[in-house]
Amino acid sequence: MSEQGRVITYSDAGVEALREEMRRDSSIVYIGQGIGPRGGNFRQTKGLWKEFGDHRLRDTGICELGATGVAIGAAMAGTRTIVDEVFLDFALEALTQIIQQAANISYMSNGKIKAPVLVRGAMGAVRNAGAHHSHTFYNWFANTPGLKVVLPATPYDLKGLFKSSLREPGPVIFIEHKSLYNTKGVVPEEEYIIPLGEARIVREGKDVTIVAMSRMVDLAVKAAAALESEGVSAEVIDPRTIVPLDRQRITDSIKKTGRLVVIDESPSSCSFAAELLAIAVEDCFHELDVVPKRICSMPVPNPFSPVLENLMIPSVERIVGEIHGMMKDVRRKS
Amino acid sequence: MTTPVAQRVDHKLLLDYYKKMLELRVFEVKVQELYRNGRLPGFVHLYVGEEAVAVGVCANLRNDDLIFSTHRGHGHALAKGVPGGVVLAELWGKVAGSSGGRGGSMHMYAPEWGFMGTNGIVGAPIPLATGGGLTAKLAKKGGVVVSFFGEGAVNSGSFHEALNLGTVWDLPVIYVCENNLYATEMAFSRATKNTSVASRAAAYGMKGVAVDGQDVMAVHDAAAEAIRIARADGGPTLIECKTYRYVGHHEGDPGTDYRTREEVQEWKQKDPVKRARKQLLDSGIEEIKLAAVDEEVEVWIEEAVKFAESSSEPLAESVTEHVY
Repeated sequence: MSEQGRVITYSDAGVEALREEMRRDSSIVYIGQGIGPRGGNFRQTKGLWKEFGDHRLRDTGICELGATGVAIGAAMAGTRTIVDEVFLDFALEALTQIIQQAANISYMSNGKIKAPVLVRGAMGAVRNAGAHHSHTFYNWFANTPGLKVVLPATPYDLKGLFKSSLREPGPVIFIEHKSLYNTKGVVPEEEYIIPLGEARIVREGKDVTIVAMSRMVDLAVKAAAALESEGVSAEVIDPRTIVPLDRQRITDSIKKTGRLVVIDESPSSCSFAAELLAIAVEDCFHELDVVPKRICSMPVPNPFSPVLENLMIPSVERIVGEIHGMMKDVRRKS
Repeated sequence: MTTPVAQRVDHKLLLDYYKKMLELRVFEVKVQELYRNGRLPGFVHLYVGEEAVAVGVCANLRNDDLIFSTHRGHGHALAKGVPGGVVLAELWGKVAGSSGGRGGSMHMYAPEWGFMGTNGIVGAPIPLATGGGLTAKLAKKGGVVVSFFGEGAVNSGSFHEALNLGTVWDLPVIYVCENNLYATEMAFSRATKNTSVASRAAAYGMKGVAVDGQDVMAVHDAAAEAIRIARADGGPTLIECKTYRYVGHHEGDPGTDYRTREEVQEWKQKDPVKRARKQLLDSGIEEIKLAAVDEEVEVWIEEAVKFAESSSEPLAESVTEHVY
């Protein structure tokens, strides 16, 4: 990825991807609340309504269950659809349609019916929104056969992954992070796509592998910079998609460094972090120098109080502290 | 019933519908027998008694029109044109089944015949059908979509949200409620204060009609009108078909602890298949001609059984195919 070039925001990268794909594929229809003239609660469809109009950007009332079911049914019948849940929290109103219908349909129909629907939602803690607007449910979706789960961390990745998600044969859960919408990064103006299932080495290192996604990538990079000044070389990997998962690139790194730390904005139990630790044990048991570590949000609903929420979610300080401890520990090898 | 249907019906049409209804009936009776003998795995919900609805509606559809069905959907599949052997093979979990044995009774799909699936989740197909309607509208080929559901679905949020979107976007969808009075064991009158499903259409600014669901021509006429409007981009209609299932909710439920035997007998007096037969005889069709039709249906079901029975089981190693 080029370090030089045009710089745009995470939300604008999404708008650009959407515009290009809707121009390329005239069958794409976008359904959601406030995504028409308003341009999206997070400006995620800014300016598109003027170009594509009511037929392709279909504003709905507040009815996630119905709107998601309609998007899935339309997709089953041959229209490529996007349904915008706005907040990922609201997708729970529609979970039966996403899990029972969209995720199952290819299998139940012996591959005869596909549901090319992109379910879009913004997750995570931002500005103390409280429990109903801050959840990070990606682990739930990743546990469902039939769904692909994408979590871009940068504007570059958002654009490239959004475009490839819109070319998938089946349902994709596309999860943005609310606190990233105003972040900026280099995004080429020329066409590119990023295939699902390719992890990105964000930063190379040799002492410890840090795996993180979405907003946690930024924390991992900051922690790695702090550790570097102390002589610890951390490799940061962003899988970018949980399903499919780039197991190879992650385990190659673990085998190289002998240490694994996973940062996960969800609670640790039955999580992506738990899965990565299991993979490390299955694939890299003999190469691990120390017990792998997961740094996750505490198992509590997102608190409103900034003091409480800041403690609940992984922080740079916590990551650095945990890695300090890990570097002192040496696993006894037989 | 006092409606002199026989005087106005097209005999050729009624004979076709009689035959189709008989196929649906005979099919379900055969499924019941196979299931009770332990030949079919899983669970089945039979359509016995409700045949006039599927046949009366689907007779008006083109092959490329879509229908979205329910957990009680074998009749819908057959009425839409899916061959009996293909439906039965699916109930058997065989490769020749519509889903190659991956679906079973409540998850059978045959898009080749516009059959977009039975469904194990009550209410869920209503938004899906509405989405099918969106695709049909955007395609601008005059296609329509039928959403079948029972009265057990109409108190769900799915019904409300889907009908609202279907109307506000003027989608070519016909919402067909098979009101058989019981959701599993729950009487509709115990589940809601408003037992007129058709009247609920007004809540969405939609047309709503109620018909005798045991009269195939009445169903046909109501569906024909709704489909004509939908094809002309005039938006959706809600049709409430008052019907009844003679059997329990699923095979294994005797269906007797929440309704009386008298009530079941009363509904059997209005049986759609017998009624059509009587109308045909009254209108002068010879008994021998009907007997020939009955014989054809017997042959048809035996062939369907042979087809399904002789199909092979799926290869065990194919279990991971078609997830994505």
